[in-house]
Amino acid sequence: MRENVLQRALVILVVTLGCLYVILIGWRAPRLDDFRSLDQIKKNLVANIKLGLDLKGGSHLVMQVMVDEALKKMTDDNAEKAKTMLENIGITVKEAKSLSNTQLVVTIADAGRITEARDKILEDFGKSEWTASLSGDTLTFTLTERAAQAYRQRAVEQAMLIIENRINAFGVAEPTLQRYGAEQNHQILLQLPGVDDPERVKKTLVLESNLELRPVDGTYRVYPTLEEAQTAIGSRTDVEALPLDEREDEEAFDEDGNPIPQPKRQPKPDAPTQYLVVSKTPVVVGRDLRDAFASSGSADGEGNYRIIFKLKDDAAKKFADWTGQNIGKGLAIVLNGRVKSAPTIRGQIRDTGEITGNFTKASAEDLALVLRSGALPARIVYLEERTVGPSLGADSIRQGVAASIAGLVFIMLFMVVYYRLSGVNAILSLILNLVMLVAALVMLGAVLTLPGIAGVILTIGMAVDSNVLIFERIREELRAGKPVITAVELGFDRAFVTIVDTHVTTVVSSLILFVFGTGPIRGFAVTLLAGLLANLFTATFVSKTMFGYVLSRSERPAALSI
Amino acid sequence: MIELFRNPNYDFLGKAKYFIAFSVVVLIAGCVSMVTRGFNLGVDFAGGTKLTVRFVSPPDENQIREALRKGGYAPDKVVIQRTSKQLSQSDRNEVFINTPQTEADVDGDKRKITAALQQHYGTPVPADKLDVNLVGASTLADRLTELDVLDLKKTLPPGEAEKEYRRFADHVIRVRDAAGGTLSDLKAVPLTGFDVKMGEALERAAAVGAFNIVSAEIVGPQVGKDLRNRAIIVTIVACIGMLFFIALRFEWIYGVAAVIAVVHDVLITLGLFSLFQWEISLTFIAAMLTLVGYSMNDTIVIFDRIREQLKERRREDLAKLTNNAINQTLSRTVITSGLTLLSVLALVLFGGDVLRSFSLALLVGIVFGTYSSIAIAGPILLWWKRYLEQRQSAAAPEATVKVRADEKPSQRRAKSAPIR
Repeated sequence: MRENVLQRALVILVVTLGCLYVILIGWRAPRLDDFRSLDQIKKNLVANIKLGLDLKGGSHLVMQVMVDEALKKMTDDNAEKAKTMLENIGITVKEAKSLSNTQLVVTIADAGRITEARDKILEDFGKSEWTASLSGDTLTFTLTERAAQAYRQRAVEQAMLIIENRINAFGVAEPTLQRYGAEQNHQILLQLPGVDDPERVKKTLVLESNLELRPVDGTYRVYPTLEEAQTAIGSRTDVEALPLDEREDEEAFDEDGNPIPQPKRQPKPDAPTQYLVVSKTPVVVGRDLRDAFASSGSADGEGNYRIIFKLKDDAAKKFADWTGQNIGKGLAIVLNGRVKSAPTIRGQIRDTGEITGNFTKASAEDLALVLRSGALPARIVYLEERTVGPSLGADSIRQGVAASIAGLVFIMLFMVVYYRLSGVNAILSLILNLVMLVAALVMLGAVLTLPGIAGVILTIGMAVDSNVLIFERIREELRAGKPVITAVELGFDRAFVTIVDTHVTTVVSSLILFVFGTGPIRGFAVTLLAGLLANLFTATFVSKTMFGYVLSRSERPAALSI
Repeated sequence: MIELFRNPNYDFLGKAKYFIAFSVVVLIAGCVSMVTRGFNLGVDFAGGTKLTVRFVSPPDENQIREALRKGGYAPDKVVIQRTSKQLSQSDRNEVFINTPQTEADVDGDKRKITAALQQHYGTPVPADKLDVNLVGASTLADRLTELDVLDLKKTLPPGEAEKEYRRFADHVIRVRDAAGGTLSDLKAVPLTGFDVKMGEALERAAAVGAFNIVSAEIVGPQVGKDLRNRAIIVTIVACIGMLFFIALRFEWIYGVAAVIAVVHDVLITLGLFSLFQWEISLTFIAAMLTLVGYSMNDTIVIFDRIREQLKERRREDLAKLTNNAINQTLSRTVITSGLTLLSVLALVLFGGDVLRSFSLALLVGIVFGTYSSIAIAGPILLWWKRYLEQRQSAAAPEATVKVRADEKPSQRRAKSAPIR
């Protein structure tokens, strides 16, 4: 033990400096101005040690993507599509409807052509994704579980992409967006540091953006109730009645497709909703948008907000053709199932349109943002919200740190009083343990949370335990009359087995917690793991080296301060 | 040299009967309470809404209840509670408003409570102004930009006006948070580094309300159930993992005895939480895991000593040996438990309400963890070994001789009753 104190000390020095480097500078090359001032050092520290939202404040939102609703809609659409397709090749369809999220049935009039119908539909749906079964005049199509699963995953991924786009517009520093919980739960976790009023963000996130431009059916007729509109529709399936927010029978686009401000007939807030019959097939859908932005209708930039949108090239061409052929007819701007406005087409419109309505500046901007970022593939429902105001975060840091320091100071005092000089030894290895723990957190990019602080406190307990085990063992050997050097060596050897046993047992359980646990359990496990590994090093290697140094100073030490 | 115990020689195993009897009584009381009274589950597990609201001046619970009732929000299960410790001014002004899920949407309760409180307390804030105590920096910045009292949009290059307003809004919110989350006067915001007219802009855009929602925890019912189930499964799996590891390092019976001791601690802690109806929150799980690790640690230290003793004094009576091992590690046990207990006590005293559930569980856990390692794990180990030895000698006395040659002599003694 006495011989290689120097080499051991060198190892400890390298480890300590390495850890300090990581804590102060991080995982990158050093820069000259890293140590320019105390403030800069502090700033580096704050930047390197990532604090959880429970410590620094912010919002934590867990939401669920309702993928099965999206599947149902897809299956509904497919039933509709199958019907149109079969009728195009002259097969009369008696009924086409969805049975469940992933199953639909088609009943045809001519049972003799059933295989032809099956092949035609399968080809369109994708043979690898759908399976068909026949019975008499009935065809049942089932989406394979694999395809359904892939569809659900895609929906969640797409939802995350869109949410990311929408969040970016809020200027939140370092938002976190990730899958949450088990894969089949379709949950998304969104963390917004520093945001303590998540209401606006939430509202924008769940805003749907299903924009469609659809032809108004026949003459411009507004129905006062849904029943009347439905009576007028009768048994037709190509049109539907939608609630109307604002009627507009003056032109809204000029010859070049530019909007002209017009006085609008806004319905009074308490006026009963009116209905308009529009075609089910849109001319332009949300995907066709190139850009959308809010604009003020008045010259001074105040009030009368509207949303101007621009179409992509293909869609613009299609739209121009269609408007050219339908001059004099109505065009319904349908947003999320409501007719926002329905101007009469007075001339060919190329690539620009506008949505008017009762918009404030903020709501127009939010909606434009939503239109720009695209439609969510499925509805989103909030499951969990945790918002911690920065002041509460600061409070919990203060309290957690105060508790830790109070505990630590007492432990150190006790160790020095009880074990005298050897207690100093214990304190040094305890401090190094904490330095290594923090360095490990920085290296792993782990986030320190409240349960993490709890893990730190437990680590301190385990570290103290290791030292106590060793010291008590040395004392025992000394009491048994062994010479100092032998007593120290025996003490370390014997305590080592116990320390390894206790540590590895706890490491095993923290590993399990880390792998299977979530959220706070994980945060706890990470700090505990890092702390225990550091402690194995400090309690055995570092502590032993310090004893070795003390013993090496005299040839035959007679007493040990323990 | 200060020593707590000099050569202690207490007869722990001789008192095992009383220890076990005590444990059984506590366990039964706890189990009865768990079955009849259940647990006081926090929003993390039960689902619901928990708001921490900080007022400008110390609030009155009855007045808040009245405000909620007048605002049309009156589910009978709403709990209004003052912060338990009252160390600083901001603590005195703080209440928890706790309610189970009553609205269809997850955050419906929060919105309704906020609206009801705003109606009652928020009269000084006109409808067209933002409540600085309720908004974040980005909302405030947007409003300032919209009003543009300083005409920055006309004088600065595009984009710069927004930045300047944003900078100011950040500043205001920082000042608010430094003041404990609740401003009582807009004039308290220092304008150094900003145009003086920024103060006017702020007063045009915003006002101060009487309260601030410092934190909101809203958990949907499904999430709580998931969290609870996962936590239970994870704890069980962790216990099994440790059982296997100890069995590998020692013998099966050691692992089993250690795990029984741990389960004993967990059940007693759960029982006490049920008896006293202390709140169980997410951090409670972390505490249970800590307790499992801690109790294991204690047990292993003693087991290690038993193993070592077996190596040295093979001929001695197992009961005496176990007792010796417990006594020899006693000063270590007391010092470590005492120190850990003290740092946990610090956590209970200064750790704040967020950690209350955690620190209480740890406190109980450490006391019982230490107790069970001494009073429960040892006797179980001893009884089991004796039982196996008796069965072994009655059935096949020659079996004890057949010990595998590759085993160390120390293990040979320990495995005088081979059970694998």
